[in-house]
Formats: sequence, C-alpha cells, structure tokens
Amino acid sequence: MKILVVCGNGLGSSFMMSMNVQKAMKELNMEGTCSHTDLASAKTENADYYIGAPEIMDQLNDGNRKIISLVNMFSMDEIKKALTTHVLEGR
Amino acid sequence: MLRLIMNDILGTPAILVGLFALIGLLLQKKAIAEVVSGTLKTIMGFIILGAGATVLVGALNLFGQMFEEAFHIKGIIPNNEAIVALAQETFGTETAMIMVFGMIVNILLARYTKFKYIFLTGHHTMFMACMLAAVLAASGIKGPLLVAIGSVILGALMVLMPALLQPYTRQITGSDDMAVGHFGSIGYFVSGTIGKYFGDKEKTTEEIKVPKSLGFLRDSSVALALTMALMFIIVAAFTGPTFIEKELSGGTNFIVFSLTQAITFAGGVYIVLAGVRMVIAEIVPAFKGIADKVVPNAKPALDCPVVFPFAPNAVIIGFLSSFVAGVVSMFILPIFGLAIIVPGLVPHFFTGAAAGVFGNATGGRRGAILGSLANGLIISFLPALLLPVLGSLGFNGTTFGDADFGIVGILLGNLLKLF
Repeated sequence: MKILVVCGNGLGSSFMMSMNVQKAMKELNMEGTCSHTDLASAKTENADYYIGAPEIMDQLNDGNRKIISLVNMFSMDEIKKALTTHVLEGR
Repeated sequence: MLRLIMNDILGTPAILVGLFALIGLLLQKKAIAEVVSGTLKTIMGFIILGAGATVLVGALNLFGQMFEEAFHIKGIIPNNEAIVALAQETFGTETAMIMVFGMIVNILLARYTKFKYIFLTGHHTMFMACMLAAVLAASGIKGPLLVAIGSVILGALMVLMPALLQPYTRQITGSDDMAVGHFGSIGYFVSGTIGKYFGDKEKTTEEIKVPKSLGFLRDSSVALALTMALMFIIVAAFTGPTFIEKELSGGTNFIVFSLTQAITFAGGVYIVLAGVRMVIAEIVPAFKGIADKVVPNAKPALDCPVVFPFAPNAVIIGFLSSFVAGVVSMFILPIFGLAIIVPGLVPHFFTGAAAGVFGNATGGRRGAILGSLANGLIISFLPALLLPVLGSLGFNGTTFGDADFGIVGILLGNLLKLF
C-alpha cells in the first residue's frame, strides 16, 4: 500500500506530516510506504491514499482518488484515527 | 590523500551532502538497502538542483534584459529556490556545512537553554545556510571561520525565531506543543504585534464569507507560472516587439516568446524544488531522530502552513492584503533608488497568509488586514535592501524572498563592514 502526503510546495508541511504518518503506520502495524510531494505532482502520481489539509484535498478530489483530509496536520491522534477509519476499516 | 579528501570529497557539495545523509542513515540504524538508496537519492537531489538552475537562469536573464530596456531600472524576481540553486556553484560546500553544523548548534541550544525548539523546516535551514555563506563570503570571510560563524548564527536563529513567535503562536493554536519554524518570522511577528495594538480580536475573520476560489494558488507551480506569465507579458508590452524579436527571441513573436520563457522559469523552479526535496529527505529525519533522543520536551518548529487550518479566511485575506502591498511597493521602491522587487504570488501567498493568521489571532479582521499589509511591505523592501550585501550573487536578477533572510543578511552584512 502506498500513501502520498501532499501540500502546496511538497517541501515542508507534507514532509513533516509524512514523518508522523510513517510513525503512525508502524504503531498500527500497517504495511506499506508513505512519501510526500507537491500538489501538481500529486495529480500525476498514483497512490492508494492521499493525505493532506482539507483545501489541498479538495483540489485532488476527482471522485476516484481515496483522500483523507486532516484538519490538525500534526496531531498524532488525528492521524491514527484517520488511518484506522479510512484504511484499516476501509470506510 | 588529504588533497583528495579536502578538495574532491568535501569540496564537491553533492558528495558532501551524500556523506551527511549516509551518516544520518547509519545513526538511525537503517537497513542497508535504505542506506544505499537514501545516500544516492540525496546526491542525485543536489545534482537535480543544479540542473534546475541551468533551466531557469536563461529566463531570468531575459527578464532582466527586457525589464531594463523597458524601464531603465533593475527588476528583481525574489525566489528562494532560484537564488539558492544559482548559489550552489560557488557556495555549495559552505551551504552544506553550515546547514548540518547549524542543526547541531540547534540541538545543543535546545538541550542546554530554555529554548526547546527543533527547527524542522529543512528547506529553510538550507536556504538560510546559503544566504549566510554568501553574505559572509562577500565580507571576505572564508574557510572554517565562515562555516563556524554561519553555523552558530543559523543554529541560534533556529531557536530564536520560533521563540519570538511563540506567544502569538500559542494564541493561534491554543496550545504550547508546537511552534512555527519558518524564516518569514519577522513578518508574522510584526503582523501579530500590529494586530495586538490596532485590532480587535473579537471581530475575527472567520465570521465573514470569503470566496474559496483562490484555493488553486496553493498549488505553487501553478501560482508561479501564472505570476511569471503575467509579469513577463506586461514587461514585454513595455519593452515592445522590436527589441525582443530582434535582440532576444530570434524572430519569434514577442508575446509567445515571453510566455514560454515565463513557464520555463516556473519549470526550472519546479525542478529545483524536486532536488531540494531529495536533498533534505534523509537529513531532516536524522536530525529529528537525534533531537528527540537528546532533548527532553523538545518542541517541533514547523513550516508556516501549519497555522493555516486555524483561520482559513485569514489565509485568503492575508494573501490579498500582502499582495496589494507588494504591488504598491513596486512603485515606491524606485523613489528610494532601490531595485524593483516584482511581487510574486508564491511568497505573498505563503507568508501573507501566515501573517494574516497571526494578525487575526491578536487583532481580528483589522489585525489580519493591517498585519499582512505590513508583511507585504517587509517582503518587498528587505529583498531589495539585501542585494548589496550578497556580493556577486546579488547580480543574478533574483534574491531571497522571505523576511528573515532579508533582516539577518542586512544586519550581518552591515555589521561586518565595521570590521
């Protein structure tokens, strides 16, 4: 499974978020990889799930991509909860 | 042997950053496959960075020539990625050294002082390292002394800037768990302070309706291509078809030529961004890993968009106010005999938006508007005033965009003139 964390520039926030997502994946015993990129590249890169701030996710949401919006991007609790409901329970 | 190490290994910045990444990966006890791929990707990132510079430099020069022909004054595009990429040919080794030793100074300061901040915005660490290298070199300092001074200043800034903002950051986030670590801090601090004295935080921006349609500007390559296209075409209209088609484009229509050059510049920056992402991808996690172990109660200092979700309307209002101030400044700058700083959507979006959030937290709507206007003036005047202290790097038609690069560079450059 591949998770892609996205932000406007693909340098700062998405990078930090991806470090937390990786940590959360480990704690939840999830297999897979997580990388980060900018919005323009994300539109051409395939992933099983896309994670980012709501405004960024709005622009990626084309009805086909599985997106996960995070309001507080750096809260480990929110990341874990999102991964559990979206990925593990498949909602 | 010593010559090989000193000149060829440490003197080749791409190899040097690869070496740092290798050490970082080994310290984190990663598997051998990850160590190899991480090290190679870091080196490749640095090489991609240089390739991006080659792409954008041509467009940058052409813009400069057109601007001077049209207005008989220098026009400068403030873009951190562009200037850092261009600087790597001269200051690559120094940048890499200052970046890594600055991170070590950051960890030491966080460990032994009350400033528990760990500055995780890796690309800004790299850009500041580059700016410091350029200013110190322009003042005649070189070698180990340059690296030592640069690292101490960088490490200090990495804890002091988040600390300066923290009283306001706490008001935004309602907690003390994280900080903002972004070198636009002076603009946010001014915005927060203006909000505090001139605004009313009860009348928050979040009660008004703001159109969401500007959200596409979060896509920085789109925003950059759009700004550059507008600027190139406006300037081309003043330069006129005769000069452009005869001297620059080799006969291609001047509007078509300007449009392709504008997007070439944005394409170059996109390449540089990809390179920077690869360079910092292994170094920052190692830095964070070590900091987490060594510094108890460390507070992560994060990139500026971390505050955006706390006030989405202030983000749009802040960007617009900052951009208006940037456009107005364009007409004021030449009165003071300064180079014209072409306002960019990207710096005004990110730092204007963050300034809007800070201003809103302390002073509501009025705070957000006035604070971001001030930020817009700051990121127009400081980049212009920074040019003279950058030495030969200041002649490339681009400069550092965000506030702290300006204030630190100007103070340091002028201070060194006293010696």
